[in-house]
Amino acid sequence: MAVLTRQAPPTQAPVKVRSTLRRSGVGWLFVAPFVVLFAVFYLGPLLVGIGMSFTDMRSTDVADPLAVDVVGVENYLRLMNDAAMRRAAVNTVVFVVTALPLTIGLGLAAAVLLNSGIARLPAAFFRLGYYLPNITSIIGVAVAWKFLLEPQAGLVNRLLELAGIAGPNWLQSESTALPAIIVMTAWRSFGFDMVVLLAALQTIPRELYEAAEVDGAGRWARFHAVTLPALRPVLLFCTVYSSVGFMQFLEEPLVMTGGGPLNSTLSASLAIFDQFGVGNYGYAGAASTVLFTVIVALAVLQLRLGRNR
Amino acid sequence: MNRTRRQRAVTYLGLSLGLALVAGPFLWTALSSLKPEREIRRDPPTFWPETWTLDNFGELFGRVDLGTAFANSLIIALVLVATNLLFCSMVGYAFAKLSFRGKRLAFGLVLVQLAIPAIVLVVPQFVLIAKLGLVNTFLGIILPTVVAPLGVFMMRQFISDLPDELIDAARVDGARELRIFFRIILPLCGPPLATLGLITFLGAWNNFLWPAVVAQSEDMYTLPVALNILNDFEGTHYNLLVAGSVVVIAPILFLFVLLQRFFVQGIATTGLK
Repeated sequence: MAVLTRQAPPTQAPVKVRSTLRRSGVGWLFVAPFVVLFAVFYLGPLLVGIGMSFTDMRSTDVADPLAVDVVGVENYLRLMNDAAMRRAAVNTVVFVVTALPLTIGLGLAAAVLLNSGIARLPAAFFRLGYYLPNITSIIGVAVAWKFLLEPQAGLVNRLLELAGIAGPNWLQSESTALPAIIVMTAWRSFGFDMVVLLAALQTIPRELYEAAEVDGAGRWARFHAVTLPALRPVLLFCTVYSSVGFMQFLEEPLVMTGGGPLNSTLSASLAIFDQFGVGNYGYAGAASTVLFTVIVALAVLQLRLGRNR
Repeated sequence: MNRTRRQRAVTYLGLSLGLALVAGPFLWTALSSLKPEREIRRDPPTFWPETWTLDNFGELFGRVDLGTAFANSLIIALVLVATNLLFCSMVGYAFAKLSFRGKRLAFGLVLVQLAIPAIVLVVPQFVLIAKLGLVNTFLGIILPTVVAPLGVFMMRQFISDLPDELIDAARVDGARELRIFFRIILPLCGPPLATLGLITFLGAWNNFLWPAVVAQSEDMYTLPVALNILNDFEGTHYNLLVAGSVVVIAPILFLFVLLQRFFVQGIATTGLK
């Protein structure tokens, strides 16, 4: 009603009301493709997924989903006692906590270098180069890195050999497999943070730096007092965006290690994917619900902390 | 003067070193794919190929039907580009310029969908697709991403900035909303549509999880799915794997370098707003 009264002054009510009503219908007609799709493919499945997590549904129940038994929180209890799932949770936390600062740090370093007064054309060239890994297929990149890290024929160990170091069997060793995947992820992802941070850096007025220099601030002091505060909102954006993405990492271990050796690279998403693969839909649904909750909670927490400080 | 010049030299040195680290893996993979298998396995391996050959690609295409996978990836990506260009701009236009009850709620749904992680939806979406009889079909792969929320968001941002007078003038002339959208709004949306088209193409081309779940037979595989299967079965035949990696990555790199200005614009407008 608010819409009608706002848009239709009483003097010309009859004509305008009809046209506004028509336009309201038109509005919903225009957004219908999105709303219908959202209801059918997102909201519905999200709710069904949560519902499924309280049942013992398996792949064989798809033909008759209502025939499944409700098992309450059994799947959630099983989750807590599942060594592989616990390992997956730990790996995911380790992955996010290390890959996040590494990625944003590299992105920031690249952005600062590109913004330090070098000529336009080389800057555009480097920016393009650094951004490239970001737009490539993660499966393609993971396959390439698997070869790169191959102990005999791989480039990494050959270069280490030139430096007189015997490189490990990166992806087959429990202590190096996850770190290798973390480095690859930072390599692939930092270009995005660089572009976003660079755009923000370019909006910082030069006068601020000049004023700081007049006050006797050195390079580091200027970075600390001028650059970092100005980048705060963008750094927050990068942190939230990357953590949401990193919390779901799946393709890298799937291709490079299959989650091994001994689950040392099993991620939460990959564990869910594996459960789905063997047909444990109810159990996979419970794990998904937990992951979803954690991701949303983490994003909200980061936004709160980031805004308050 | 001397000091700034030295600083600049250090900057360029750092940037070049970084670029070598970023480009190195791509170069190494591309060069390896052009070496014969025994040269790949030689100890120590060559960096620059001694013998140039396309045998790996020949063997690869004989082993898996990459031609079909390539065509599948292309069809799916192009269809999704078309649907997203049309629907995201329609929906974005309604959110930007039309007034209707429940608009704020509907727009809230766009943000909600942006926030739902893919892995969470895989199982129930698959159950739904199975109930609809769409497993192992293009439609099953395409449907969930026909109108991407990011695209709706982008188009809304852009169309909001267009002057209302344009639309009001057309309405006074008695034009219908659909006509206004197609004749007046859409022709002004060139730049964001280019960005959206490229982002959609990239996303569809690179997407792995959902196509891997829906496609069950080799004739439905997309390129990343086929490459993952190849990795499963030929995990130690690096000559095939690097060739496969090149087939998946090269078209996108080419497209990106060609059209990169749209990507950078796109990130600057969607990432920060």
